[in-house]
Amino acid sequence: MIVTMNSFDLATEKPKPSHFQPRLDELNIKEAWSAWNGYKFAEYYYEVEYEYFCVRNLCGTYDICPMQKYFISGADAERMLNRMVTRDVTKMKNGRVSYVLWCTDEGRLIDDGTIFRLGDEEFMLTCGSPSTAWLKKSCVGFDNLTIRDRSDDYAGLALQGPTSCAVLKKMGLTGIENAKPFTIHHFDFGGKPLMVSRTGFTGDLGYELWIDAEHAVEMWDALYAAGQDYGIHPFGEQATNMLRLEAGFIMPGYEFNEALKTVHFEFDQTPFELNLGWMVDFKKPHFNGRSALVEEARRGPKYTLTKLDIEGNKPADGSFIYNSKRCTTDIGYVTSAMWSPVVKSNIALAMIETPYLNGELWAEINYEKELRQFHKVARCKIQDAPFWSPERARLTPPSDF
Amino acid sequence: MNQYDSIVVGAGHNGLVCSNYLAKRGKRVLLLEAGERCGGLASTYEFHPGFKTSVAQYATHLPKRIINDLKLRDFGYASHKLDLEALSPEGDSVSLRSGSLFGASADDMAAYQDYDRLLDKFAQMFQPFWQKTVPPIGNNSLSEMLAFAELGLKIRLMGREDMQEFFRVIALPMYDLLDEYVSSPLVKSLLSWDALIGTKQAPRSPNNSVLHLLYRMQGDSEICVNIQNLVEALTQSAEANGVEIRTAAPVESIQISQESEALAATGVVLESGEAISAGQVISSADPKTTFLSLVGSEWLEIEFTNRIQRIRDRGMVSKLHLALDGLPAFNGLDSPDRRLLLAPDVETIECAFDNAKYGELPEQPVLEVTTPSLSSSDLAPEGKHVMSINVMYTPYALKEGWNVSAREALQESVVKTLETYAPAIRSQILGSELLTPADLESRFHVSGGHWHHGDFALDQLIMMRPTHGAAQYKTPIDGLLLCGAGTHPGGDLTGLPGFNAAREALS
Amino acid sequence: MNHYDAVIIGAGHNGLTNAAYLAKAGLDVLVVEKNDYIGGAAVSRELHEGWVYSSCSYVCSMMRQSLHRDLDLSRHGLMLVPYLGTINFADNGDTLSSYHSEEAAYNELKRISRHDADAMFRLQADLTRYSQVIRKTLLRTPPDPASFKPRDIHELLFLAKEFWSLGEKELYEYIRFFTLSAADFLDEYFETDIVKTSMAGAGIIGTALGVYSPGSSYILLHHVMGDVDGSIGAWGLARGGMGAISEAIASALKSYGGEIRTNAGVERVLVKGGKATGVVLENGDIISADIVVSNLDARRTFTKIMEKDDLPPGIYEKAQNYKIRGSSGKVNIALSGLPKFTNVPDNPYVNRGGQAFSGSMETMERAYDCWKRGTWSDDPFIESVIPSAWDPTVAPPGMHWMSNFIQYCPPELADGPWTPEKRDQFGQTVIDKIERYSPGFKDLIVHMEVRTPWEIEQEVGLTEGNIFQGELTIDQLLFNRPFPGFAQYRMPIKNMYMCGSSTHPGGGVSSACGANAAREILMDLRRPNTVPQDDCYDE
Repeated sequence: MIVTMNSFDLATEKPKPSHFQPRLDELNIKEAWSAWNGYKFAEYYYEVEYEYFCVRNLCGTYDICPMQKYFISGADAERMLNRMVTRDVTKMKNGRVSYVLWCTDEGRLIDDGTIFRLGDEEFMLTCGSPSTAWLKKSCVGFDNLTIRDRSDDYAGLALQGPTSCAVLKKMGLTGIENAKPFTIHHFDFGGKPLMVSRTGFTGDLGYELWIDAEHAVEMWDALYAAGQDYGIHPFGEQATNMLRLEAGFIMPGYEFNEALKTVHFEFDQTPFELNLGWMVDFKKPHFNGRSALVEEARRGPKYTLTKLDIEGNKPADGSFIYNSKRCTTDIGYVTSAMWSPVVKSNIALAMIETPYLNGELWAEINYEKELRQFHKVARCKIQDAPFWSPERARLTPPSDF
Repeated sequence: MNQYDSIVVGAGHNGLVCSNYLAKRGKRVLLLEAGERCGGLASTYEFHPGFKTSVAQYATHLPKRIINDLKLRDFGYASHKLDLEALSPEGDSVSLRSGSLFGASADDMAAYQDYDRLLDKFAQMFQPFWQKTVPPIGNNSLSEMLAFAELGLKIRLMGREDMQEFFRVIALPMYDLLDEYVSSPLVKSLLSWDALIGTKQAPRSPNNSVLHLLYRMQGDSEICVNIQNLVEALTQSAEANGVEIRTAAPVESIQISQESEALAATGVVLESGEAISAGQVISSADPKTTFLSLVGSEWLEIEFTNRIQRIRDRGMVSKLHLALDGLPAFNGLDSPDRRLLLAPDVETIECAFDNAKYGELPEQPVLEVTTPSLSSSDLAPEGKHVMSINVMYTPYALKEGWNVSAREALQESVVKTLETYAPAIRSQILGSELLTPADLESRFHVSGGHWHHGDFALDQLIMMRPTHGAAQYKTPIDGLLLCGAGTHPGGDLTGLPGFNAAREALS
Repeated sequence: MNHYDAVIIGAGHNGLTNAAYLAKAGLDVLVVEKNDYIGGAAVSRELHEGWVYSSCSYVCSMMRQSLHRDLDLSRHGLMLVPYLGTINFADNGDTLSSYHSEEAAYNELKRISRHDADAMFRLQADLTRYSQVIRKTLLRTPPDPASFKPRDIHELLFLAKEFWSLGEKELYEYIRFFTLSAADFLDEYFETDIVKTSMAGAGIIGTALGVYSPGSSYILLHHVMGDVDGSIGAWGLARGGMGAISEAIASALKSYGGEIRTNAGVERVLVKGGKATGVVLENGDIISADIVVSNLDARRTFTKIMEKDDLPPGIYEKAQNYKIRGSSGKVNIALSGLPKFTNVPDNPYVNRGGQAFSGSMETMERAYDCWKRGTWSDDPFIESVIPSAWDPTVAPPGMHWMSNFIQYCPPELADGPWTPEKRDQFGQTVIDKIERYSPGFKDLIVHMEVRTPWEIEQEVGLTEGNIFQGELTIDQLLFNRPFPGFAQYRMPIKNMYMCGSSTHPGGGVSSACGANAAREILMDLRRPNTVPQDDCYDE
């Protein structure tokens, strides 16, 4: 018996439009689109370095509609999340945001994301990749909770850069200047609830704005109207990748492979390998991967993700790292690299075998000059602090520029 | 200071065996049982005024070692012979007696010799491994590697041809294996039965049934134990060794602490609220109950929790107990003093399975009938009898639900089937009790109502029973062990999981 | 000349591959074929004027690229083209299109279930991992676990090392995967039936198992471990139909000096003093040869073209017990236009793939129940491909050719053998089912050819029409294929070898069986090996 189901909204070959698509279309004069989680997504709008400097110098917006947004509520919500992630969720106060990691049973990183504590029994979990199946697995044994996947009907827009607070004030978000980093604030936007968190992925002063999808364009217009005098401009994936690297943030597909999608044995990473051991709280109640991570902490990670300052100016993308200038034994590989325009350094993140961290580090860099290929060996220095970490990112209230 | 060295949860036969061994070695052991009686599925109770029975009906391969170690004979353990006989409605029958086939054609009897030689050799080869802890397959210590090397060597020592045959036959469905040897439909159903009963397998299902059969071929398969005696002997032996047994003491939860780097079990809390501390908690409850209900997933890893939740433990067997006015007369049979298989051919078995896999009742149920009152006269009043019938295949999750009409329909089809073999039986029925897999679950605290706490399938066996990470009796939580049928080697009344777990608990 | 270094019985793709490698090594080889065309089941035939039917096998993904490259098959005219995804049709009218684009595939899955869309990433990673291990064994001769020869021990260690490299947890998962049913395996990932059925079809195609039968998840892997240019799970079409594969290999064979004789069915393998010495053809011709290679299935080889008395004791019985069950039917249809399907977007990317009429897991399993009872289901599982949407050579412009593979179809009906009337009724069942999903479909039919296992056996010579030359169950895989002790391509008779899909690694138009057999023959002849061992792609 066949029931004809004409009501289906059949998927098409085209990626879905973002909730801000009408405005993005106007601004993306290069039509440089890729896709993320099934959504149309800008690689860049005008020019990468231009967008990068907008964020470092003025402010920029980054479409985070394709982020996954799970609303988890109920009496068991806190316990379930606390068992899933490596940080202590019970210590989070209402109205706070926390950067979290979650791992497999073997302590390998599945994904990172943020938890927004919206109430005693209400959380929003955001992350870059779909996590429904893992969440469902994590919920086994926690019956008193519901998960609403609002990835498709809750719009998000990141506003980042030194003038971002000023823009929001101009937009009428009274008191936003008092928002401390990692806090959540709720505003009335013409009768619609608008949530603003002081969070971001650029290492600079910045906010993320969250609103029901049907009001997304309206919010965009209000924000851009307010930002007109503050140099507001959209930025795409490529500028984001530069900004986050300067801040020392990890990115899936660069620094880590999501464990559940990793084919080869231990080609994924642990939090300790990613130098995120500070996010693993062994004092909190049991969490997933704990016993494997206890063991790893005791033994020390095989690799350690390291921030490198590399001599010269040629970015070390894809380079091997060696323990001597002769390049005989490779001891690691570069995961992300760039010339940093603001700190005027040749920076990189690299996975280096932990025992070699105290010795010499050399990168073999391949580069091109007018189509000819060259290579050179450059000395690397380990840097502990983020490459870019301005005071304004932490200041409350922040200045207007 | 802990009140006990070990608390054993559940006084089924594995819990009894395990606690008994621990007490014998001087441990202070508390055995907790939710029900009024010890024995779990093997406990004997009155199902109709004057008529008693137990769900488990026969134990054909209780190791001698356990009988001797626990001095069960001193406590009244007794055994008798119980052959398996397949009947046809017309009164034909074939039977297995003392390792030989009776009533079959000359060709089949000759072929059976070859078949039996081969399987017996395999069964002998496996025998020691049922009484061992099978190590995990990664990161092995030398001694663990030796366990595998020993198995490999044993397989090799069977000789080149038998070894080759082993690797082939072990994965065959019973249907194909028997096709290679015998031709009579009745002989095929007779020989396939022990490979199938109790688990979700049909004659044509590959991979699992031969191993199941080999498991059942350990020990002397014609010797059957009087269940009531066995449970009483085990209980008395346990008490004599100093096990403290508390019945009607259901456990609410197993207490876990996280003081050091690792998690550790510290005791149990009863439903009454009473907390009891112990250095070790050993659960003979099925893995799902143990981990998901008694421990709670917040203490467990996520994938591990999901593997436990996914254990295929939905029972396929219903039980019908009949209180009979007299001994029923089966066509062509002088006395029903054996296991009677009422399945004329393997196709009937397969069809019954096909119905069940869609959540339906079998159109033509397949029955295994025993008359326990013939060997234990105290089960029924003088001159009257108890008949215990295993009904295959009946799904745990019946599509329409186990409502009154479904139960009546099942009982009616069972009685109707019985009538074709024992025409007068309907008029002899004084009372009855039908236990569906769902009833077994609620009555005996067994997830899915599964006899074996999980299907006997390769992915749930040996170093994967119940799942990797908890297959060596120890669990991810220090001081928490498993000793039930959900662990290696598996179900049936062998006491081996309890025996093996006690060894691990003592180590 | 009637003496050859080697005679190969059967010009299927494995026989041709085997002959090509022997010829390449300098042997004087002859391939004898009973039909008047070559290719066996990898064949393109003009069965209706203007239409080229791939009348048996219809898609290809397991063809070893190292063989393709080594035999220079592209120069001999072979081109394999990956086709886009498959639309899966459910009983409730819902559809699931497996788009080529990752974004579109994700959105389509998400339309059905957010959970399953996410879980699919994991399944793909897991299947890729499982495939990578098993793929490494395809072009290797299985070790004999009962042997102490250095080579067997070396190969066993190789296998152990490959499995060990998975890590402990994945090793357990792999063992589980090998023994589970496709349904149980997929239940661990997915919650919706339509997503499960879209994967489960691969678990039953060509096999006498159901989706609920333990062991069917390995069959699933066998169907997804193939690849086209390194993209695992992709399926390809041969331009010009599947016969293009056989023709290209035959052309390579001829370029090395090999010969092929058609209309030359073998009556009997000649055995003298425990050694094979040649063959007698059905027309009475005697061809003597130092080596005889059978590309026929194991049952047919030992029970049809050999004398029982020539065989060591027990072999005949092993061949009789060899599980080679007819379970599939084929309906080939010439169409006057591209069929339109209900609830499928009108989109060229979607409509250039295949269709799977699976219904539901239960529908698929019930079809298997019918097979067990010796009949066919009213609602069978059908996997269809319309190669003409890609390949301009197989149908006139604007017209189309559709291959329909049906699971299940019994080798013999409960009420007796197949008759033309019953065969046509079976065909009618198939097109009735397609019509339900594509109203007007029947009006497009220009010509139709129905094949039950009986027809396949009669024409191609596969026993019971089994497409793999024997079930792919654990008891017949790796060192158990075709029988334990004879898995290294050598037969129990001296100078005689097997090279068909009855040998490791089994069916699926991979050419690996033929190539592996050639390697063993050359080793026995102490000739330099011409056969590549490892696949030429890094993983």
